[in-house]
Amino acid sequence: MKLLKTFVAAATIALTGLATSAPASADSDPGPAAYHEALNGKRVILIPLAMGFDLAQGWAAILKREVTAFGGTFETRDPNWSTEAGAQAITEAISSTPKPDVLVVMAPDLNSFSRLLKKAQKAGIYVLLIDNPANFKADAYLGSDWTNLGALEAGAAVEACGEGTSGKIGLVQGDEVNATSLFQYEGIMKVLDKHPNLKVVAKPDSNWDPTTSRTVTATMLRQNPDMCAIIDFWDGDATGAAAAIRDAGLQGKVKLITTGGGEKSADCDMLENGTYDAVVMTELVREGGDMVAMIKYLLQSGVQPGEHSAYIYTLEHATTKANMRPDSCWDLKALQALAN
Amino acid sequence: MNKGKFSGGWKLDQARIVLAITVVIFAIAAVTLSGFLTTGNVIAIVRSVAVLGILALGMGIVIVGRGIDLSMVAIMAMSVAWYLQLLNSGWSDHSALAMALLFVLAIGAVNGFLAAYADVPAIFVTLATGSFTFGFVRSQLIPQDAVMVPSEHWIIGVGQFRLEGIPADIYVFLALSLAAFLFLRFTKWGRYIYYAGDNPVAARNAGMPVRPMMVLRYVLSALAAFTAGLLTAASLQSINTRIVNGTLLYDIVLVAVIGGIGLSGGKGGVKNVLIGAFLIGVLLNVMTILDIPELYQNLIKSTILLIAIIVDGLLNPRDEQTAQQGDI
Repeated sequence: MKLLKTFVAAATIALTGLATSAPASADSDPGPAAYHEALNGKRVILIPLAMGFDLAQGWAAILKREVTAFGGTFETRDPNWSTEAGAQAITEAISSTPKPDVLVVMAPDLNSFSRLLKKAQKAGIYVLLIDNPANFKADAYLGSDWTNLGALEAGAAVEACGEGTSGKIGLVQGDEVNATSLFQYEGIMKVLDKHPNLKVVAKPDSNWDPTTSRTVTATMLRQNPDMCAIIDFWDGDATGAAAAIRDAGLQGKVKLITTGGGEKSADCDMLENGTYDAVVMTELVREGGDMVAMIKYLLQSGVQPGEHSAYIYTLEHATTKANMRPDSCWDLKALQALAN
Repeated sequence: MNKGKFSGGWKLDQARIVLAITVVIFAIAAVTLSGFLTTGNVIAIVRSVAVLGILALGMGIVIVGRGIDLSMVAIMAMSVAWYLQLLNSGWSDHSALAMALLFVLAIGAVNGFLAAYADVPAIFVTLATGSFTFGFVRSQLIPQDAVMVPSEHWIIGVGQFRLEGIPADIYVFLALSLAAFLFLRFTKWGRYIYYAGDNPVAARNAGMPVRPMMVLRYVLSALAAFTAGLLTAASLQSINTRIVNGTLLYDIVLVAVIGGIGLSGGKGGVKNVLIGAFLIGVLLNVMTILDIPELYQNLIKSTILLIAIIVDGLLNPRDEQTAQQGDI
């Protein structure tokens, strides 16, 4: 009996030894387990200005695919361009259970969401600000440097208004509170100030509405039919400016420059058919990739929400028909198909 | 009933005050702003308010009958967006148009039915159907805020149409204004609208079909909205449903009210819509030429509205009768 006990004990020790020593050679990478541990079950919520436009749908498709792949849950909220609805979505997210781990938020203006987002960070939620800057120290801001974006648009206008043109430029701004509009304007003026031969002859607001953009552009063109370029602050309303230029029979003579999300039908097709002459586009896939990287990093970093802040600007350039590449734009349908 | 309106008596009412303000602004602009008084600019002025004017015609007819239609912008944007979406997903033009039209008629009829037969105040009915229309179409029927007109479609042809340099919007606006004028002034049901708007109970006691007439008014305003939506899509080659969140609805009411269609019903007509649209068109044009920032534009618009209302109130004080019938 004693012999048997000794034997069993010896065998157990031997087996245990084997068990601990044998996998040591296979288990060399601790990464996947740590990654899984940190990310599995994490909840990410995207709150854009609205879900119904190309950028938001593109981001959602990319985030959905990646977050689901690492075992997290991904949700969207659709404020439908309403600041109040957006604020409510954030408030509800903060008090919901389980609490979200990351909020990805597109702010409607500089100030509206600042306090709420601070509250979210206090509650232990990482906050990523996307595309629209705000007066708030987000864990990361990802998207465009709007001043630089304006400068790029102005660069395209400088090119359009070369020798032998009137040098008259019109701006169709967005509104008077949105950071994207204010900073875009600042960037444009910075460049144009260096070109005294170029003059901004009018700078109406469109309130991001294509009909208003059409009306104000028609009036600008009536007053200054010899304009060489118009910069419209968003491709969503630049369709209105394009209609006014078309109506005035000035297509090709008045260059239309704008910015957009880089979706194929909204931007590249329009460059192709001559509706727009230059578009400074968001490289959505890269921007989405940056978001995903930031989420994965923050969730593993041990950094407390609100502790650090970083700006991750997407590299941008003015795309024209001449420098357009097959991958300059992205296709919403293809991206969505990939996510499902 | 507004005395003097049909007897030809002259009275300084809101419509005349607004017309005077507009003419003064127009005259000053014509003298001081270069390029203002050109055929092209005048066409641009009328065009800038053609769609707004068409919507205001529909709204005007409803308001004269003592109602209000807050669902117009939603109907305008969502019916056309759905129509274009059906086309983009391969429907034939006829069936897509028929579907969209049916949809428009149905919402108009629901508005009218609930207001007329269920006695729900129009302001609540149309607020609800407007939100419903937007929410339903946006969530169930179209994938994105903006829907493009398919290339080579007749709508694009309408947008490019010019006769004597004048775009289609203006012809449609003028034609609908004439039709609305003839309807209100010369048809039996048109005349009844004033009686029903002025005093619904008396109109009913007198044997007028007050309720079916109310349904008709909301159907007409829905059709006006659909037409306005088609024209918008024609000129922009797409429709952006984000317009539902904008200030267009207030602008429609503004055009109708500033021109002198009283919110208490029974007063005003096509003339008032034209005056209101003319003022807004001239104002927008002048303010754009002067490059006035949007905040100030809104301030100026609202100040003029307030002035018109105050002056009207001073010149035409409320009497016992008008006080009794109440506003909406």
